[in-house]
Amino acid sequence: MIEMSKEKLLWVYERMRLIRTFENRVADLFGQAKLPGFVHLYAGEEAIAVGVIAHLTDRDRITSTHRGHGHCIAKGVDVKGMMAELHARATGLCKGKGSSMHIADIGKGMLGANGIVGAGGPLACGSGLTAKVLGTDEVTICFFGDGAAEQGTMHESMNLASIWKLPIVFVCENNLYAVSTPSSYHCAAGEICARAAAYDIPGVAIDGTDVFDVYEASGKAIDRARQGQGPSLIEARAFRFYGHFVGDPQTYKTREEMEGYKVLDPITKFKKQALEHELISKAELAKIDHWVDEAIEEAVRFAEESPFPVPEDCLTDVYVSYPREEVEV
Amino acid sequence: MTERTLTFREAVNEAIRLEMRRDPTVILIGEDVAGGAGLPHLEAAGGSEWGGALGVTVGLTKEFGRRRVLDTPISESAIMGAAVGAAITGLRPIAELMFVDFFGVCMDQIFNQGGKFRYMFGGKVQVPVVIRTTIGAGLRAGAQHSGCHYSVFTHMPGLKTVVPSTPYDAKGLLISAIRDPDPVLYFEHKLLYNISGEVPEGDYTIPFGVADIKRKGKDVTAVAMGRMVHVALEAAEKLSKDGTELEVIDLRTLSPLDSKTILQSVKKTHRLVVIDEDNPRCSMACDIIALVTTRAFDDLDAPPRMVTAPHTPVPFSPPLEDYYIPSVEKVVSSVKSLVGRSL
Repeated sequence: MIEMSKEKLLWVYERMRLIRTFENRVADLFGQAKLPGFVHLYAGEEAIAVGVIAHLTDRDRITSTHRGHGHCIAKGVDVKGMMAELHARATGLCKGKGSSMHIADIGKGMLGANGIVGAGGPLACGSGLTAKVLGTDEVTICFFGDGAAEQGTMHESMNLASIWKLPIVFVCENNLYAVSTPSSYHCAAGEICARAAAYDIPGVAIDGTDVFDVYEASGKAIDRARQGQGPSLIEARAFRFYGHFVGDPQTYKTREEMEGYKVLDPITKFKKQALEHELISKAELAKIDHWVDEAIEEAVRFAEESPFPVPEDCLTDVYVSYPREEVEV
Repeated sequence: MTERTLTFREAVNEAIRLEMRRDPTVILIGEDVAGGAGLPHLEAAGGSEWGGALGVTVGLTKEFGRRRVLDTPISESAIMGAAVGAAITGLRPIAELMFVDFFGVCMDQIFNQGGKFRYMFGGKVQVPVVIRTTIGAGLRAGAQHSGCHYSVFTHMPGLKTVVPSTPYDAKGLLISAIRDPDPVLYFEHKLLYNISGEVPEGDYTIPFGVADIKRKGKDVTAVAMGRMVHVALEAAEKLSKDGTELEVIDLRTLSPLDSKTILQSVKKTHRLVVIDEDNPRCSMACDIIALVTTRAFDDLDAPPRMVTAPHTPVPFSPPLEDYYIPSVEKVVSSVKSLVGRSL
């Protein structure tokens, strides 16, 4: 098990717990019909975002997916602004114009959740190109799912990143299903990480429910990228606790499969390891639990008390040609 | 200042060169924009003189190096997405889509990513990217290398669209496009590359949303863009001999659209013809006619006319392609029927 500083251990637990509590609360609120639209939850995959982003600073950047809440929270995006955005309020991170699938915070290096599967790859190449052209040591992480792995954009992106030696780590979050289609069906080669060979980059498969494993593998890949040696591919396997979206009955999974997830909870796993090795005390965990619960309740309060945008805000933040301005003729 | 003449191709090249000199964050990416990347004999010679499929970016590698002039694989989604990703993180990329017809393989990155980011993210990000592409029939290049399609992009919120017709406009509009905070699609008509015109040295900008009246006239308003401006001007010359004076409005940018200049002209002439090389359904021609009929119906003395390509792909065989492209003769006959009747 790789070593982590005490400060890092506490941060890792806090972020994973914050993501889980955020997602559970969002599921509740969605069930109560308090959130318009759709939400795709990250619960079960916390160790991936947190283990990777543990190596980054605000200057490093990430591209995300439709399942982006976990990436946002790990990257330090404000949960109040996120919760308000999910509530479609004017105080939301995107002023109520984005939604769950389009949360972004460029200042934090979060280049946006994305409603288009596989769209983050090309954007990550652009972010990596910026670092290369400007001569900085900033690294970009491209999170994508096993479903996105089958989009042509990911092939184009990994190939381009390799020939240009861009400072990118491609992190495939293989949660075993593209909506309801299992990766055993949609992935011809069986292993997504095996594709790295075609791009002449390192590729590795890891347990995405073990934050220590994620931290170790991504640390190597990020160092490599920062040193100008180019991109890597990591395939991290984990489980979506809530299915594709909130309300997905997951009829495509067997009862045994659903039960199996309980032993593969990244947070339970982390706590067990940390306590067994006396890396963290129960009191320290309890203190974080308390802070997280308060933070999420405060976020919900903030969101619920916030105003909706005024209808005319529909016409701002973009060049608008209709309704036509009344030009004097 | 002494008058200096450049071709349209040279004017585009000069705009890019001046902006790359002025601003180190301006980069150029696309297929073969430098040419021959990685070939030792070319690298030894300091780069290639290929400069894109139509030679527009020739010489830029020698001045700016391969760090800022980047040849790409044939991966249009990655090119467009990388340009957008670079634009939101601190660069001002100019990406080349070799032929506009290729938008089919990369539209998501253009309209769903680049075009929507500023809005979706609540105005907290700018996307200063320029996508240069070539348009137009006449080179016998067949259905997949000859379209115009600028109306498709004008339809998309968040994108600005520029269709220059002269070397002077090409340079000033491209410099404006590079400095613009939003994604700009910049359409270069292939048959215009070799035309010459006066182009001042140094940098100058032409604002978006300001049409240019390329010829004054009192009888009929002719609205056109790109190469069709020249078709309209030729038709105007012929019609003038018969005593009909065409006012030729060059839109220069389709989004933003200069509604005011169009409406003012129609108020004066009471007659409108739109000349557009794009396919007619849901097109600029329809859009301008909708503008005039909804805003200036009472000023019209005759139903507006449109002279456009037919609603077909661009054919290959010369007689077919020549039929496809709006011609001077078609404009003349359309205008004649327009002045011969009233509402």
